[in-house]
Amino acid sequence: MEFLGDLLANYTLRTVGMGAVFLGAVNGVLGSFAVLRKQSLLGDAISHAALPGIALAFLLTGSKATIVLLLGAAAAGWVGTLLVANIVKNTRVKYDSALGLVLSVFFGAGLVLLTYIQRMPVASQAGLDTFLFGQAATLLSRDVTTIGILGSAVLLIVLAVWKEFKLLCFDPDFALSIGFPIRWLDVLLITLLVTSIVIGLQTVGVVLMSAMVVAPAAAARQWTDRLGAMVAISAFFGALAGGAGALTSSLVARLPTGPTIVLYLTVIVLVSLLAAPNRGVVWNRVRERVNRNSLQAEAVLADLHVLAMRHENPGHGHPISVLRTMSIGHGGVDRSLEVLRERGLVRRTEDGTWSLTARGLEEAERLAGRRGEGP
Amino acid sequence: MTAPQVEIQLIAAVVAVSCALPGTFLVLRRMAMMSDAISHAILFGIVLAFFVVRDLSSPFLVVAAALTGVLTVSLVELLNRTGLVREDAAIGLTFPALFSIGVILVARYAGSVHLDTDSVLLGELAFAPFNRLEVMGYDIGPRALFLMTGIMLVNILFIAVFYKELKLATFDASLAGVLGFFPGFLHYALMSIVSVTAVGAFDAVGSILVVALMIAPPATAYLLVDRLSLMLAVSALLGAVSAVSGYWIAHILDASIAGSMASAAGLLFGAAYLAAPGRGLIALTARRVRQRWKFAQTMLLVHLYNHEGLPEEVRENRISNLHDHLKWDHRFTGRVVAVAGRQGLAESRGNYLVLTERGRRSAKEAMVG
Repeated sequence: MEFLGDLLANYTLRTVGMGAVFLGAVNGVLGSFAVLRKQSLLGDAISHAALPGIALAFLLTGSKATIVLLLGAAAAGWVGTLLVANIVKNTRVKYDSALGLVLSVFFGAGLVLLTYIQRMPVASQAGLDTFLFGQAATLLSRDVTTIGILGSAVLLIVLAVWKEFKLLCFDPDFALSIGFPIRWLDVLLITLLVTSIVIGLQTVGVVLMSAMVVAPAAAARQWTDRLGAMVAISAFFGALAGGAGALTSSLVARLPTGPTIVLYLTVIVLVSLLAAPNRGVVWNRVRERVNRNSLQAEAVLADLHVLAMRHENPGHGHPISVLRTMSIGHGGVDRSLEVLRERGLVRRTEDGTWSLTARGLEEAERLAGRRGEGP
Repeated sequence: MTAPQVEIQLIAAVVAVSCALPGTFLVLRRMAMMSDAISHAILFGIVLAFFVVRDLSSPFLVVAAALTGVLTVSLVELLNRTGLVREDAAIGLTFPALFSIGVILVARYAGSVHLDTDSVLLGELAFAPFNRLEVMGYDIGPRALFLMTGIMLVNILFIAVFYKELKLATFDASLAGVLGFFPGFLHYALMSIVSVTAVGAFDAVGSILVVALMIAPPATAYLLVDRLSLMLAVSALLGAVSAVSGYWIAHILDASIAGSMASAAGLLFGAAYLAAPGRGLIALTARRVRQRWKFAQTMLLVHLYNHEGLPEEVRENRISNLHDHLKWDHRFTGRVVAVAGRQGLAESRGNYLVLTERGRRSAKEAMVG
């Protein structure tokens, strides 16, 4: 509690923490749409492409105000996205190459401009390079205000066109057929994505911003099949990692913010991939096991049924060795028999052999019928 | 030109050629973004190896980088195979994680050595000539030049030896598998080559510009040529041109050499995008315009032919009303009619238009086939 008290009292930590939490949430929301639309790597391209915009904005205006740099970044990110789309449309260069081309060439051009600025005789250029890796500690309260205003605008617009975005993600053809302005929605979604990425650059940095877009959404996707829930969970994950990462890096010396946030995100993704109900890897293993066991039990029941049909007396007992022979390669006959006995489908006779109970016979016939082999 | 200038350009050109060769296959196999992932992720392997051997020029680092590249590819495939995330997301999750661990290790434990995050990301080619290779006390040249030449030769050798296999696996992976060409093995071998090239190059040009040199020249070559062997040669050449012109851009602006090389590679792509013969934007647009005119011309001739000699001819083929029948705007109709007249396909008779013998023949041809 004392720690929390310190936290709230410490101006820098509070500013940084709030900024990063909000940032994570906004990117979590927009990232959900990007991931669902298979545009996960677009975030990578946009954030790299933003660099020359930041440098140009500074060169043209001489101002280091966050909003000016962000406008430059957004314009460049937007142009980069547009170029990717145009290259794919007009040439045989594929999407991934266009993406890599734009991101690396823009980044290179950004570096040229940044180094050019650094060698200019103006002193005020320092700080531009925090955009590479991001340094939450450099956030000022007016930066957080900028993040807050732009982020809120992004979230409000998403809410306003929720239905349209949902259709855009899941059934763009249908959306087009009922007369939705698909092209404009696409442009709007990209613009919002660019905005949400750009406001994160100062905190997380160009190089790792893409993880802020992909990771929360990919993690959230594991926990739900509903878009609304996914967006909410993704926002929560983003906020959690953003806050935790920014705070950790503020408290520990020489711990860059971007990578720290990404590591928190990675942990969240791993936990989600492993443990999420229904989809998670662990969950799937358990379900497979349960399925396999019940399938094996059914197979043994079917074997007993086959044997019983060959006898005039269906209650005749059969030794376990026969059943083992019949299910060679499947194993687990003992366990399956135990399971079946617990369900009252088979019983053990006095001489140690196994036979179907009346209910077992009924069940076996029902299963055989379902397989299309029955009477 | 001073000796260091020559050396820098040589290193830059060799780096660019080394990158362009495997890059060609990445571009063709739609794995361009793997170069992004690998060039970032190898930082993780480099840092770990550096902590073990404490020497940035140790060949052990190259081995570590190759292993990290393979690890990255395997992790992406592992994630992909769970079916829980798509491939693009799998890439987007894997490399930031590995890169972040690398950056944090550097920031916390290796801050004082040469291995700082800026040099990893941006590289500093200008310093390369200062690091000399000495054999028995004699200075025989910059170390980076020898390292990169070695890597370039390995790349050339790899592609020469496996050319047929690479070609088949690139254009028909399933056939390559059926024929027993081990596309999986080739895939990992290619990724190892990419990793080794990236680690050699990133010291000079930084990790993100490795991506530029791996993708931009091959993508440009893809717009210019059709044969694989030619594409390899052209992308190597374009890489070298980007390297040298990039150096001079940097010299003039007094800016980052690596950044300028990437920009030059981008400019070359832009030039090809606009002006590539047959495939560039200019050629495409010209063809579209030509087709539009040709189509309009044919429509006019067919229209005239259909009404030729019939009672409504004077009404339908009246020049001032043609645009109405053909649903064109006035000016366009005027130009089409003018062109048709100039080419001797139609001529005006009073206020309406009639076909010439040649025009009639063209109209018939258009209607038959």
